[in-house]
Amino acid sequence: MGNPRPPLRIPGIAYLLAVLVVFFTVFGTRFASAPNLLNVGTQSSILLLLALPMTLIIMTEGLDLSMGAVMGLSGVVLAMLLVKGTSLPAAFAMALGVGTIFGIANGLLVVALEMPPFVATLGMLGVAEGIALVLTDGQSVVGIGSALPAVYSNRWLGIPFSIVVAVLAYAAFHYFLYHTRAGTYVFALGGNREALILAGVPANRYHVFIYLLGGLMAGMGAFLLTGRMSGGHPTAAIGMEFDAVVAVIIGGTKLERGDGWLPGSVLGVLTVGVLKNGLNVMAVPSSLQIASIGLLVIVALLMDSLRGNS
Amino acid sequence: MKARIAGLMLLGIVLAISSPAFLTVTNLLNVLRQASLIFLLASGLTLVILTAGLDLSIGANLGLSACLVGFAIKSTGSIPLGIAAGLACGITIGVVNGLMITLLRLPPFIATYGMLWMVYGINYWAMAGNTIYGFPAEFRAIGSGYALGIPIPVLLMAACLIVGGVFTRYTTVGHEIYAIGANAEVARLSGIPVRSRLILVYTLSGAMAGLAGVVYLARLNSAEAGIGDPLLLPAIAAVLIGGTSLFGGVGSLSGAWIGAVILTLVLNGMNLRAISGNWQPLITGVILLLAAAVDTAARKRNEARA
Repeated sequence: MGNPRPPLRIPGIAYLLAVLVVFFTVFGTRFASAPNLLNVGTQSSILLLLALPMTLIIMTEGLDLSMGAVMGLSGVVLAMLLVKGTSLPAAFAMALGVGTIFGIANGLLVVALEMPPFVATLGMLGVAEGIALVLTDGQSVVGIGSALPAVYSNRWLGIPFSIVVAVLAYAAFHYFLYHTRAGTYVFALGGNREALILAGVPANRYHVFIYLLGGLMAGMGAFLLTGRMSGGHPTAAIGMEFDAVVAVIIGGTKLERGDGWLPGSVLGVLTVGVLKNGLNVMAVPSSLQIASIGLLVIVALLMDSLRGNS
Repeated sequence: MKARIAGLMLLGIVLAISSPAFLTVTNLLNVLRQASLIFLLASGLTLVILTAGLDLSIGANLGLSACLVGFAIKSTGSIPLGIAAGLACGITIGVVNGLMITLLRLPPFIATYGMLWMVYGINYWAMAGNTIYGFPAEFRAIGSGYALGIPIPVLLMAACLIVGGVFTRYTTVGHEIYAIGANAEVARLSGIPVRSRLILVYTLSGAMAGLAGVVYLARLNSAEAGIGDPLLLPAIAAVLIGGTSLFGGVGSLSGAWIGAVILTLVLNGMNLRAISGNWQPLITGVILLLAAAVDTAARKRNEARA
């Protein structure tokens, strides 16, 4: 018996990604160089960490708007502990713990209290951002020592540390979703929750677990973010959840019907990464890059609804 | 509604006891003036949420509208032209939201979420980190002036409350908005033009964000790209505290007014006790979650009874 396989299809997003790559190779002189492409990978790695759980959350008809803020809070906690001289493993464990607590809280609000996910996680966004602001008084946390930046700047066979982390995370999520019994339940949670409950599966527990993964991966992302910035900032990751939502949606995961596609989310993350980097290379200001991502998700949904209507 | 009024009174009594400065006409008018900004945003949002929709773009909309007003007044010197530019900006964003949700059938929270970041990006790009400040006194009066001894924003709020209250309570279109939120399919089958009503509520939501942008700019006397960003959460919180259900069909503008005043009292009370503004997102987030929890619990109770 197998889980729903990742379907073998060439989605519209793959064409879009190819077009973007060709466009930026032709018009952005520094785009298609090895260092820059590694740069795209590094920039995309944090986003992938968020997009993986976001895929599971969206395919269970949910949403997590708090991921960016939770990542910011975890990063601040990590940085503050390092400044105090806490060892890196202990500080990282605390950051993961903070993320996990927020993930569980999100899950309980959505599953136990049956709150609409976007409002529950929007409230948690305020809570996480608020705690980060109160802890830091709105200031950057600097002086985190050299231990974390040293790990972050590691390379493995020439591949940057953050890309290795992202690949491992993808492998774990792919295995979980497509090769375990729990993964099958995730599909059923979005598509046929009733049957799951009738079959005696503790559906609520799995549902909370999916949100837990969102918080956990936000804590994981905080490690890379703090390494990249060599410090913490309370609002550093605000809005990154939007990039993750966009990546998942343009990657072909549907907002309903338990229809998720993990490889598509990777393509979505790369598309967002290539778009941002390419516009950057062409000296388009970062504010307009954000606007272009907003446009991207609406275009993707539009194409999707047109296809659905025909 | 009774519970909310009681809560408001209780909050008022606690604040009056804890600070003698609270129960003065000046301070109460000040609270109302602060509440008016949140109410203007929350009133348009209430209409949207009554239809079981959501508009996440209002904060960003307010920011862009305010900056546009500032730019227009600075470059043309005409106050009416500036105000018109702000309202037009708000309305345009609202119309586009409405079209995306009705014609393209995008889910409201995703369509307006995409709009949020588009408007945000355009605004930060256009402002390029600059601040536009120093406006003529006649314009600033909209935010900080008085008429008949009452702050002008409070008069605007009262006008909105009365016009909006009559609109939702006593007009056919108002009743249709409730009907759509209660059950869109039934509303459609009974001949209500659902699409045009939805476009109307998102347009009104955008227009109110534009108006709030005008008032806020007149009060602050300076515009920068980020001014609307922190206002989304309080606006949603005010609507929910006021008893408007996220699931549509239940709620009122007077509720949103009480919600805006309660929220302002809490934030104002923190201000009086010199608690740092950094606490504001945390407190607002917690209040939002509490209000949403009450709303969902009430819905569950109703379902159990039905």
